[in-house]
Amino acid sequence: MIQITTSDRFNITPFRSFMTNVGSLGAGILAISVVFLLAGVNPLFAVSEIFMGSFGSMYGIKETITKAIPLILIGAGLTLAFRAKFWNIGAEGQLLMGAIFATWTAQALGNSLPATLTVPLVFLAGFMGGALWGIIPAILKIKYAINEVITTLMLNYICAEFMTMLIVGPWKGKSRFGFPGTDNLPDAALLGVIPGSRIHYATLILAVICAVVLTVLIYKTRFGYEARVVGENPDAGKYAGINFLKTSLILMAISGGLAGFAGVGEVAGIHHYLGYPASVSSGYGFTAIIVAWLAKLNPLYAILSGIVFAGIIVGGDAIQISLGLPAATVQIVNGILLIFLIMGDYFLHHKIKIKFGK
Amino acid sequence: MEEIIISTIQRTMVAGTPLLLATTGEVLCERSGILNLGVEGVMAVGAVVAFIVTMTTGQPWLGVLAAVGAGMAISVIHAFASISLQANQVVSGLALTMLGLGLSGMLGKPYVGRPLSIKMEDVAIPYLSDIPYIGKALFHQSPFFYLAIVLALVAWFFLERTRLGIQVRSTGENPKATETQGVNVYAVRYWSVIIGGAFSALAGAHLSISYSKSWVEGMTAGRGWIAIALTIFALWNPGRAIWASFVFGGIFVAQYLMQPLGISPNFLAMLPYAATLIILLVISLLDAKKLNAPAMLAAPYKRGER
Repeated sequence: MIQITTSDRFNITPFRSFMTNVGSLGAGILAISVVFLLAGVNPLFAVSEIFMGSFGSMYGIKETITKAIPLILIGAGLTLAFRAKFWNIGAEGQLLMGAIFATWTAQALGNSLPATLTVPLVFLAGFMGGALWGIIPAILKIKYAINEVITTLMLNYICAEFMTMLIVGPWKGKSRFGFPGTDNLPDAALLGVIPGSRIHYATLILAVICAVVLTVLIYKTRFGYEARVVGENPDAGKYAGINFLKTSLILMAISGGLAGFAGVGEVAGIHHYLGYPASVSSGYGFTAIIVAWLAKLNPLYAILSGIVFAGIIVGGDAIQISLGLPAATVQIVNGILLIFLIMGDYFLHHKIKIKFGK
Repeated sequence: MEEIIISTIQRTMVAGTPLLLATTGEVLCERSGILNLGVEGVMAVGAVVAFIVTMTTGQPWLGVLAAVGAGMAISVIHAFASISLQANQVVSGLALTMLGLGLSGMLGKPYVGRPLSIKMEDVAIPYLSDIPYIGKALFHQSPFFYLAIVLALVAWFFLERTRLGIQVRSTGENPKATETQGVNVYAVRYWSVIIGGAFSALAGAHLSISYSKSWVEGMTAGRGWIAIALTIFALWNPGRAIWASFVFGGIFVAQYLMQPLGISPNFLAMLPYAATLIILLVISLLDAKKLNAPAMLAAPYKRGER
């Protein structure tokens, strides 16, 4: 007989928490290996290809950092929302809305204002676009008790259709030869890149600053405390005089606004025009959910986990080419890693004893 | 004009069918206290498995069976994470959706753009289909349509009128008290999640072997999420899910009806998603307190805890 008993664990050290994450990722990679085996691919080869594709060359490292920028921005914003148990699944739409606002501002101002004025205004507009798309579900949740998972998701679809409507209709550029997409943004609105790469450094610096500021906000300010109370104990929050609507609006404006920043980076830093939603975002809003979770909802750690998942995206692209695997492979990898990460929490919070014998 | 009305009703029923199947499954699951946000992913897996098996065997019903099996199997992941390991149900469901969408894309890649030569034939109900107008619109449909309605009614009867159904509901309302009555809360919840997954997979199978007869990555197009919203709209009652789903089927069809009016197709494509938000808002404005949501929805249950 094998007897398994579990008991709660109360002394959770940062080291144990870190090791649990490592263990979860390791177990996840094992599970992914099984999927690769079933798909007829040598898992050792696939995993090493993913790693070599993302971190094994200068080109890979540059691409990984490029893709880490939106993930860090969105992931850091999500840590704040998730701490308040606000399940913001709408970062994808918030990113797109940021891109739309940024494009509009750039096209309207970029030809008359210098870059020193245009770029900050484009960033501001992007933040506002994302924030607007983030506070709608906050209002609907707090004032009308409507589940935010559904609303944020529906707003993703609505924004994607709205954006497509713009680029095939009123915003369709004259220089696109009839293909959907806006004209290129004016030069004054474009973000500089590190030479020889696609890394738009202004956004990279912004991402790191945002992660640091958010960490301070969460751990050192009254607002951070309120956000946590809103999530953990709504009843106690009422007695403590916390204004739910105000707190939720602020935290979703920040979470959505950071996704909006990511949209600015994609449009003004990489594509230089507004194209199809799928080409502007490629699922950063969803991947960032895992980034936030791996970061244990700590915005500072989101920098590191953002880089890890950017590596998975870049490495995933690499194995698509070298192993002929479909694009969906990255989604499988992400899904499995996320499942193992949340299951790992059980082993962080419980002691498990296995006894052999009678 | 008659033709248009008949075909509109018919297409509304077709568009509502997968929504009804998925919603019924989610009602069953949520009534036991487990929120499953994996519907979209399980639906995609159901769609691709049904398509592949139907294409290789030439037997649509074998495809349906395989899809149901696959849907149940993949749902075990969510059940294990959220019931046994008390993981966060929101995140676990999202992970299931990511995994399901990914797996369906991987499995279905060689089948993209290949039409199904053997399709599931529509069935005309004898006598009833001879009724003028509604006979053609309502009683000459895909087997999935009848199946969806029958299963929703069965689910309603099960939940409201049977002993086992009461156990499912009380598991969602007060698991601790239910456990003291000698009911195995974990087992009830496991089965609710797994059966719910079977329903989602059926919805997916309808999409790929009856509705469109082809496989395209991402063909579920958010229907799984709409089903989760419909669960609220139906106030966790499979009976109400029937008309709620067909109201939404109508909204899907309205897209195509309005297109000749010169409205942007992308604007019309927003309709189902915008309608979801508006309807949830209306429900909330009417009477949010009477929503009837299971009291312990999404709260993990831990045996032996006070």
